[in-house]
Amino acid sequence: MSTSSNTKLKALGLHLSIIAVLAVSFLVLPEYHSGIIARVLILAIYAMGYNLLFGYTGLLSLGHALFFASGMYGLGLAMQYLNAPPLVGLIAGLGFAAFVSAVIGFLALRTTGVAFMIVTLMFAQAGYLTILLMGEYTRGDEGFVIKQSQRMIAGFDLSHATNRYFVSVFLFGFCLLIIGWIVQSGFGKTLVAIRENEERARMLGYNVQLHKWIAVVISGTMSGAAGAAYALLFGYVGGTFATVQYSIFPLLYVLLGGAGTTIGPLIGALFMFYLIDISSEFTSAYLLVAGVALILLTLFAPQGIAGMLRKRVIRWLP
Amino acid sequence: MTDIKDSLFQPNRRRALKTLAVGAGTVAAAGMLPGLPGYNQAHSAEPIRIGFQVHRTGIGAAYGRWYDRTTEACVAKINAEGGINGRPIEIVAEDDGTDPKRGAEVVEKFASQHKCDVSFGTLFSHVVYGSAPRAGELKMPYFVVSEGHHVASGKLNRYTLQPGITDVKSQVQAMAPFISENLGKKVTMIYPDFAFGHDHRDYFSAAFEAQGGTILEKIAIPPTETSFTKYFPKIPRETEVIYHVMVGPAVLTFVKEMGEFFGPSRPEIFGFIDSLEAVDMTSPGLEFLDGTYFWEGMPRYAQEDQSEFDKAYREAVGVDENGASVSDSKDVSTFAHMFGCWETLHIIKAGMEAADYQGAADRSKLIEAVEAMSDMPHSHAHPQGAKVFNGKTHQTFGHQYISKVEGGKLVLAHTTSIEDTLYEDEVDYTTQSF
Amino acid sequence: MEFGPHLLLATLEGAIGAAVLALMAVGLSIVFGIMRVVNVAHGEFYMLGAVIAWWITSLIGGHPAYGFVVALIVAPLLVGAIAALADHLVLRRIDYDPERTIVATIGLLYVLQQLTLMTFGADARPVEAPFNKRIALPWFENGADGFAMYWPWGLSTTTYKLAVIAAAVVVLIGLWLLMTRTRAGLIMRATQLNRDMALAHGIPVEKVYALVFGLGAAIAALAAVLIVPIQQAHYLMGGDPLLLSFIVVIIGGLGSIPGTIVAAILIGMSDGIISVFFSPTLAKILATLLVAFVLIFRPQGLFGKRES
Repeated sequence: MSTSSNTKLKALGLHLSIIAVLAVSFLVLPEYHSGIIARVLILAIYAMGYNLLFGYTGLLSLGHALFFASGMYGLGLAMQYLNAPPLVGLIAGLGFAAFVSAVIGFLALRTTGVAFMIVTLMFAQAGYLTILLMGEYTRGDEGFVIKQSQRMIAGFDLSHATNRYFVSVFLFGFCLLIIGWIVQSGFGKTLVAIRENEERARMLGYNVQLHKWIAVVISGTMSGAAGAAYALLFGYVGGTFATVQYSIFPLLYVLLGGAGTTIGPLIGALFMFYLIDISSEFTSAYLLVAGVALILLTLFAPQGIAGMLRKRVIRWLP
Repeated sequence: MTDIKDSLFQPNRRRALKTLAVGAGTVAAAGMLPGLPGYNQAHSAEPIRIGFQVHRTGIGAAYGRWYDRTTEACVAKINAEGGINGRPIEIVAEDDGTDPKRGAEVVEKFASQHKCDVSFGTLFSHVVYGSAPRAGELKMPYFVVSEGHHVASGKLNRYTLQPGITDVKSQVQAMAPFISENLGKKVTMIYPDFAFGHDHRDYFSAAFEAQGGTILEKIAIPPTETSFTKYFPKIPRETEVIYHVMVGPAVLTFVKEMGEFFGPSRPEIFGFIDSLEAVDMTSPGLEFLDGTYFWEGMPRYAQEDQSEFDKAYREAVGVDENGASVSDSKDVSTFAHMFGCWETLHIIKAGMEAADYQGAADRSKLIEAVEAMSDMPHSHAHPQGAKVFNGKTHQTFGHQYISKVEGGKLVLAHTTSIEDTLYEDEVDYTTQSF
Repeated sequence: MEFGPHLLLATLEGAIGAAVLALMAVGLSIVFGIMRVVNVAHGEFYMLGAVIAWWITSLIGGHPAYGFVVALIVAPLLVGAIAALADHLVLRRIDYDPERTIVATIGLLYVLQQLTLMTFGADARPVEAPFNKRIALPWFENGADGFAMYWPWGLSTTTYKLAVIAAAVVVLIGLWLLMTRTRAGLIMRATQLNRDMALAHGIPVEKVYALVFGLGAAIAALAAVLIVPIQQAHYLMGGDPLLLSFIVVIIGGLGSIPGTIVAAILIGMSDGIISVFFSPTLAKILATLLVAFVLIFRPQGLFGKRES
């Protein structure tokens, strides 16, 4: 028991130090990079939500862009057409993402494995096409802009670089602590048990379906939170974020960073962003560089970066 | 093919340096020859850095390649003529992947890492929407070359302008009188089912109904569709004119399948050249287009009464009289759109010179100087034709061209007046603070 | 257009889609069934087939049929060789781990796409069909003068489109014979049933895998050569066919080739036929949801066996 609480403390310490490092970095980071880190943190929230389902529960979804877009449009439409203030918009975004993931989870969890991949992919595709079909309100692929004047919370301007940075650190930190807490909890341990052996978990008396469904809802809501935060902080809502490509991104981040680790999503998102950003300075064939890097990583760091760390260096990594 | 390869392999920096070297060389040469116009301020020969947001990859890459070539040619011309206030232009190009998220990141990169003076060049509307909020927040003038109605609709901000290319609303409404007078009163529209297509649908049907015509059917094609024949039976039999506009890599399939569908008995057909932009008009399967009409932003084929400006422009960009690359006649340019880069760069030059632009602190002065512009005469700076810029809506207005396909070439049949393209202001950006 | 002719036209169009989709999906299904990996780069092999076809036909002058026939042979071989090489260099080294294969093939997808963009360019490029004649189709109507035949406006197809359907059928029959009547097919099926057992019986599993991966890619390339005179070669053309064939493989039931073919016909045809009844984008949404609900109620796919 004491080793377990020891691990818990270490994990909490690690998470708090990451948050602290991120917060302090603002003072030393050049303007461009602090802007980028703000964006990467939002994407890392998305990937963390994805990781709960994929890394910890073992369910590979190809449709998370739907949840991201649900949060984004929940907030965007509420602010655009109902003139909702940002906090109300945020609640609308989260609520809508939670609702969508609850329904999709209920339906899609009748399947497992590859069928689950396809069902989630199909629902996401239908969602994307619905955004186009409702173009009168959503403005389809083109999307719409949330005015700078609307993105204020009690005089606090969310479009201002410093504010944006700390808001994204706050949101990221909040989600990281939640994920850290969930995976250490009995619920999280049950998810891992389901991932390792679903039949065994069922025989031990766990309600496997219910656990999976809750995991889908938490995962979808967190992905939606990222979508809503993106719209709020960067002022743009658009159908592109509901395309398949944006369902693949969190999978990629998580696999690169390390599936089933709390810090993997952040590492993966950072790595992928800077890989493309830096290589694009030297060549416009940056996708080639990214492609080769992905292949090399699968060859030499199969469990992702954090997974490799856990295996070789820090065994207690959450 | 080889030049594509070169341009892709060449690092952006080196290319930027090359452009810079041309300019710097000219400046140095000018320094030895005192008295040449435009070099009075040669002491501050620090280059003007223009961030060029270009679609090098993704769905817009075919357009991006020609935007790139036009921009390079234009910068070489301006620098050879003495640059801007005696300072050479340096282009800092970044690929946005035709993606709104990357687009926003690229604008941030221009503003805070590359320290660009202004940014310019975007074509696809969703990238404009994704990037414009960041440009506004970073107080970075953002000159788009997109033909979207986004700027004039008032949805963007004071820092976003579209002075070098007309918008879809004015293009579309200017077509309505020609179609109803010459082609027919009953129209079926076929357009892509996203915002660009919806703009066509809404603005054309309004303008056409005002002319006393009727729209029989509106057929919206889902994006990413690759086969079209199954949608054509929705065209009502009594249709007199097909109005089509399509974008993306499947455009040629779309037009070919339309020809196969109609066979020998087609109605009149009026299309936006977007449906065949960068596509060779002599491609197999396009023979049926003979006798149909196209809107063109700028006539792809050199016309009989070609202006000297058109001639010089083609020469500088490396485009022959058929609108194809001089080095490869199969490599057809995006001629109806890319002039926008050329004209926008000249407007940036004119704006900076009028505002006596010195550095980032003068950005708002630059915006005000551009807002103060109105008449832009047909000239080497504006080879597409004369334009009228509306400083309040940040949008330019100009002549539109309607060409008829004759023997596999587009022959100019009608030029609209600028008045045909005007509509009421929907916004006044000059009331917004900087 | 009247309902009857419209339905006939949509069915014909659906059949062309189904034919090409069936080929492409069978390629993916063989890989999936035998090697148990998802090849995300499958769509890029298809794209490469089309691009190589354009390259070959533009090199060879004369009647378009010459270049086309050469492309029909060379493109699949070349693409198959590239795939086998990728298997040898990458997949074998990661031991065909399902998750790592996904990432590795996403990497491969980027590499192939970018290389094509750099060499072939961003434009969509046409390939002329070896023959292409419009055939107007008749329809029957029980009108005032009794039962009569007439030629509805727009109801037509082309000889080339019909030939694509025929060619797909021939290739599929050939594949079925290969899998069921030859020693190579026996070896592949043995490897599919039990890799370790196959290994124990002296089957060179690694070679079989490389061949299977190459074969799957070659079939995709063949499908692309067939379709490229109707559509065009473009460096981003692999995305949608990948998704569709992936769906078809799952709906058909993992590793079941007859299931894959039936599913391809169902999905290809429903895409055409649903478009008769609804507005285009709504039709796409409904077709997409249909796939989701088939799987929700039959997760093992139409022809798959439910895992115990």
